[in-house]
Amino acid sequence: MLPLIGILVVIVGFALRVNPLTVVTAAALVTGLAAHRSPVEVIAAFGKAFVDSRSVPVVWLALPVIGLLESAGLKERARMVISRIHAATTGRLLLAYLALRQLTSALGLTSLGGHPQMVRPLVAPMAEAAAENRFGELPERTRFRIRAHAAAVDNIGLFFGEDIFIAIGSILLIRGFLEQSGYHVEPASLALWAIPTAVCAFIIHGTRLVLLDRSLEAEAKGAERPRA
Amino acid sequence: MITFEFVNVLMGLMMAGVAIVNLRDRTSAKRYNNAAFWGLYAVTFLAGSFLSDFMNGLVVIAMVLVMAIGKLGGPPPEASTRVQREASAAKWGNRLFIPALTIPAVTLLGTLTLKRFSINGTPLVDAKQVTLISLGLSTVVALIAGMLMLRPPLRAPMVEARRLMDAVSWAAVLPQMLAALGAMFALAGVGPVVASIIERWIPLHTALAVVATYTIGMALFTIIMGNAFAAFPVMTAGIGLPLIVHQFGGNVVIMAAVGMVSGFCGTLMTPMAANFNIVPVALLELPSENAVIKVQIPTGILLLAANTAIMYAFVFR
Repeated sequence: MLPLIGILVVIVGFALRVNPLTVVTAAALVTGLAAHRSPVEVIAAFGKAFVDSRSVPVVWLALPVIGLLESAGLKERARMVISRIHAATTGRLLLAYLALRQLTSALGLTSLGGHPQMVRPLVAPMAEAAAENRFGELPERTRFRIRAHAAAVDNIGLFFGEDIFIAIGSILLIRGFLEQSGYHVEPASLALWAIPTAVCAFIIHGTRLVLLDRSLEAEAKGAERPRA
Repeated sequence: MITFEFVNVLMGLMMAGVAIVNLRDRTSAKRYNNAAFWGLYAVTFLAGSFLSDFMNGLVVIAMVLVMAIGKLGGPPPEASTRVQREASAAKWGNRLFIPALTIPAVTLLGTLTLKRFSINGTPLVDAKQVTLISLGLSTVVALIAGMLMLRPPLRAPMVEARRLMDAVSWAAVLPQMLAALGAMFALAGVGPVVASIIERWIPLHTALAVVATYTIGMALFTIIMGNAFAAFPVMTAGIGLPLIVHQFGGNVVIMAAVGMVSGFCGTLMTPMAANFNIVPVALLELPSENAVIKVQIPTGILLLAANTAIMYAFVFR
């Protein structure tokens, strides 16, 4: 049971609203100590694990150019473009992005989306602008809700698209693990069996996006009434 | 040969730039803390491959201590007003999208073509890291395109990077720290312990119970670990292979493929998957830390139910 003390640290730390970076660091060090290593060994293992994971934050490299473009009006331009398309609604726009993200991820093009490069500068402002076109100035709460939906669509499109591509990390992991356990499986057949889930994901989340449009409309009407 | 070290150098230079801009900003009350935090982070990129594991560990711990004890300052206010930006947007028009879309375009092009080039028999890039190297290259190309087009002062990209990095703040490091936590979990053997607990406490007599335990277990374990990749070997060795495949004669491909995406349903619902669920909260300036997770939970639960149904329907055919 001792190895689980790290999980306990995470749960208690998150519940007490301690800063997550502090919590996770503490959990990593405690887990190492629970494995009966000396403090020096634990710090070394932790340092190695952190440095070995340097590929994780690579997306931040997009920020200098995204920031530069933002100060030149990139978000405002994204809004202007959407405001000219009268058929655009928040739900339809996000539905189109969901389809695009799933399809490109299924082709292995997972780096075509992402929160820093696509959602913050383009998708979120467009989704907000589409709602503004129809309902005028939005209350802050609605604005935050639309942004959260924009971030969610990027995740869902990625997760339930990428597994259809045969050379993606998860397929390679499955194959490697099963190989070690004595099963030889073809990546293509694993990818094939990711398709039913991908279709379900599109139907389920797509329906929710259509409902989002309705709920935004109801919210806008509800907001008008007391004012009148 | 261009290796992943190239990306490390770019990251290190950028973090060092962010630290320097912070250090020079006399209006910021926390400028020394922010400069120390990003400066130490820069060290892990620029020197991480050359320092000993122990030294790297100390640098990372120092970074976290600066944040936990000294606290970090927030981002500076935006230098331009909305009216200015709207005027600029009208002036530049859709050309503004070109540098932004250069990132995915060059990443794609690089991923598809760079592997083919070699100089005197040595490949131009490390084939295993081609996507990340292409992504690194694409941001450099995009930045050059943006600078040539907009002609801002030379320090502008670093000033902007600092504004955005300080807005994301410590959340920028959290995904990497969680990856390190995963490695420490593996070292301590957390996975097998969890699998043995599940086996001991859940009655697994029917095929449906076994399938549901596997899919829901994948999701729950992913929620705890923040990563379906960590959950998969544990749950599959503990339940998938011995029970679904051996005892009930299920198909190993369907079990594995649907099992993995069941884990992804868990990824939608956990703050431990910080790069997907917490980083966008910071990037989109949302007030509630769980704003993105809240939106994703209904889809996560419904899709987990769908996965359980898919696996039950097909795995025993």
